[in-house]
Amino acid sequence: MTSIATAGVTPFAADLDSLERDGFSQDPQWIRALRKDAMSRFNSLGFPTARRGNEEWKYTDVRPIAQAPLRLARAGEAPEPTASDIAPFLLGDGSWPRLVFIDGFFNRGLSTPLGGQEDASVLSLAGALHSRSATARESLGRLAPYASHGFTALNTAFAHEGAFVHIPDGLTLEKPAHLIFLTASREGHTVSQPRVLVVAGAGSKAAVIETYGSLTGAPYLCNAVSEVAAGPGASVEYYRIQRHSEEAYHVGTTQAALGRDARLDSFTLDLGGALVRNNLNALIDAPDGSCALNGVYLATRSQRVDNQVTIDHAKERGTSRELYKGVLSGRAKAAFHGSIIVRKDAQKVDARQEDKNLLLSDRAEANVKPAFWIYADDVKCGHGAASGRIDEGSLFYLQSRGLGEEEARNLLVQGFVNEVIDKVKRPSVRSHVAELVKARLKEL
Amino acid sequence: MTTTNTELNSIAAQEYRYGFVTDIEADVAPKGLNEDTIRWISAKKNEPQFMLDWRLKAFRHWETLVEADSTPTWANVSYPPIDYQDIIYYSAPKAKEKLESLDEVDPELLRTYEKLGIPLDEQKRLAGVAVDAIFDSVSIATTFREELSKHGIIFCSFSEALQERPDLIRKHLGSVVPYSDNFYAALNAAVFSDGSFCYIPKGVRCPLELTTYFRINTAETGQFERTLIIAEEGSYVSYLEGCSAPMRDENQLHAAVVELIAHDNAEIKYSTIQNWYPGDRDGRGGIYNFVTKRGKCQGKNSKISWTQVETGSAITWKYPSVILQGDDSIGEFYSVALTKGRQQADTGTKMIHVGRNTRSRIISKGISGGRGNNTYRGLVRVMPKADNARNFTQCDSLLIGDQCGAHTTPYVEVRNNTAHLEHEAYTSRVDEDMLFYCNQRGLSTEDAQSLIINGFCKEVFRKLPFEFAVEATRLLDLNLEGTVG
Repeated sequence: MTSIATAGVTPFAADLDSLERDGFSQDPQWIRALRKDAMSRFNSLGFPTARRGNEEWKYTDVRPIAQAPLRLARAGEAPEPTASDIAPFLLGDGSWPRLVFIDGFFNRGLSTPLGGQEDASVLSLAGALHSRSATARESLGRLAPYASHGFTALNTAFAHEGAFVHIPDGLTLEKPAHLIFLTASREGHTVSQPRVLVVAGAGSKAAVIETYGSLTGAPYLCNAVSEVAAGPGASVEYYRIQRHSEEAYHVGTTQAALGRDARLDSFTLDLGGALVRNNLNALIDAPDGSCALNGVYLATRSQRVDNQVTIDHAKERGTSRELYKGVLSGRAKAAFHGSIIVRKDAQKVDARQEDKNLLLSDRAEANVKPAFWIYADDVKCGHGAASGRIDEGSLFYLQSRGLGEEEARNLLVQGFVNEVIDKVKRPSVRSHVAELVKARLKEL
Repeated sequence: MTTTNTELNSIAAQEYRYGFVTDIEADVAPKGLNEDTIRWISAKKNEPQFMLDWRLKAFRHWETLVEADSTPTWANVSYPPIDYQDIIYYSAPKAKEKLESLDEVDPELLRTYEKLGIPLDEQKRLAGVAVDAIFDSVSIATTFREELSKHGIIFCSFSEALQERPDLIRKHLGSVVPYSDNFYAALNAAVFSDGSFCYIPKGVRCPLELTTYFRINTAETGQFERTLIIAEEGSYVSYLEGCSAPMRDENQLHAAVVELIAHDNAEIKYSTIQNWYPGDRDGRGGIYNFVTKRGKCQGKNSKISWTQVETGSAITWKYPSVILQGDDSIGEFYSVALTKGRQQADTGTKMIHVGRNTRSRIISKGISGGRGNNTYRGLVRVMPKADNARNFTQCDSLLIGDQCGAHTTPYVEVRNNTAHLEHEAYTSRVDEDMLFYCNQRGLSTEDAQSLIINGFCKEVFRKLPFEFAVEATRLLDLNLEGTVG
């Protein structure tokens, strides 16, 4: 079904071989085996470039990625970034645990990790593979399936650099963990593959923020995979703020698994990228799990943004809420594919999903596919989708109250996205998001 | 129940024993499919050369699809691969075995007819019993044809139309559903045996609801029907297809094609009740209903409306669609689909907005019971030039029992920012409070459930012509029997 020129596969396979001999050689055996298996999966899968019968990638053609002369990023190929380079991406009062990655590599100087053996920890994954091998092994590569997903397989094949967030049972991560992934290489066509593992023990509480951004105007691929395991009664806030340059390709997969009574609150903001694809999957694998997955995407010029959100209600009495909104201008093209699965016997599930698009230009395009797959009868599932432009009546009303057209328009667009932004649970993140959105809307 | 089942099975087996074997006369094509089969069919029907050429082109295209192994697999249905060389592609209407009297008909079938309130003579016709002189359908058909021809309306079989008005066929055939459209459309184009043709001249409002019922041969044209309806400027026609009674039919694969063309200010209303054999309780047998139906609102201000009640067939794969090409044109789709037993339905519509100020409305009601799986799959596409396009979609599903599945996969594609689209879907089971309320008022749970489900479908039934609506309600009740509770 999927294919890639052999030339595209071989360099990655050879890269892995040489890394295993060198940089990865000290890693525990289990992760080396995992990488090897994932590499062979990627060799047979390639990138999902097929256009026929490729339902999952129906609205996003990844041939630009598959055909680009991609190569793995090298450590230190960009000039060492300074504190002021990363300042625009920072959040919070400076006391938050923070991990900064440049071109996929952990930058110790810019980071403020957290961690004692008994306490909550926010660490570089490469280190945690040794110091927390048992915990990492339990979940890494177990949640995000790579057997049939090319991008996930490729990331797993190089799983080494990344972030490790662990909150033991009953503890609370006091300050949110901020993970910043920046690409700085000026040579272009680099691939960085961040890997994030969040393990929240029973009854624990945590907030994790992933920020993606560029310090370069060169094109590159950021292929990120995050795994979030929320134990029984755990509550996890998960934020993803994507601010790549408009030259970048970004494929981000997040796989969350929720235990009994667990709660996941997720918010995804997409501002940048030439071609962006987010896969967010929440598996509610025990009774009474609940989640709210929300998102905002703003795109202009020739940006492509594709959000694929799947909520899998595998057990009874789950609740899920989903609200995504997009504002599109220029020749931007957005896709939203939301799936809600209710498995057999997952009774009393209550799921609601909504996607709305505002089209500001006559060349913008929105493709929406909200889907249900329901195998239990005692459920309440609803979805809604709407697309349109700014309501002329409202615009007229505001103008009649003395607002200029531009001002009135901005107010209405802002109001449209505020419905989602207001749902961001943590005030510090909410105000950060609101500012970013406000600034970006001016450019649309 | 066991006795009835045994009886039913034995009768079913009987039908098979006689079905095709006894009638190997000149009117049955040899099994299998190749260019010779197609030439044979075309010669048999004395078709003009252009028709044969078109069939052959379609066949060659179909062969490439077979080679590329591109049978459609995206639908949410599963069935064993079909051996296309193991099918008889043409058998003249007479080939079906006629029973001597109603006594020979499966009592289960008769009970169904009775419940539906179908007159005795009609029962005979449906069950394949030779009709007597009093109920001469052919003469009825003739009477209606005379009346229609007074208005200049042509309503006849596809074969007749090909002889009498080859110009019209040549001009319109494949203009809405080209043979290259999909796997089954290609197969149909190559081998279609017959079907209906309908032409409504300029400014004529068809005085009757046209039904295949008036044209006795249509019911027996078999697996590969092809229907073409052309409504000229300012005309109106309401066309009813199928009937509520179960069809006695041995064919496994039905791959029909329907093309509708509406010119300026014309309106076509197309209603279907489909109740083919759904297979037995364990999913053995039953019809594969793989149908391509599409209408083109070619003219300004034209309107095409599809209404369907789908209760039969083991597998339904059907997406009646409208291409809204003319400015201000309207497309509508109203559907009730019921799956029970092991039935699978993947059905919906496509509304392609091309012209300005085009409007479409989709109301789909899916009901799943037993171990049935019901999928709504619909596309609304707004093309860049379709300024001010409007769409409203509502697709609701009702689940009865915990073994069934209800799925919704709409596709909404917008390439024009003046478009306004709304989509809503809701899935639940029959509301307990409503049931309780009805019980309290003295209704049995079964009656209450039927009442609620009929209410659920009301928006669609309202769109059916009156007699059809009554039949549809009865049909639903009948089909729900046993799934409730």
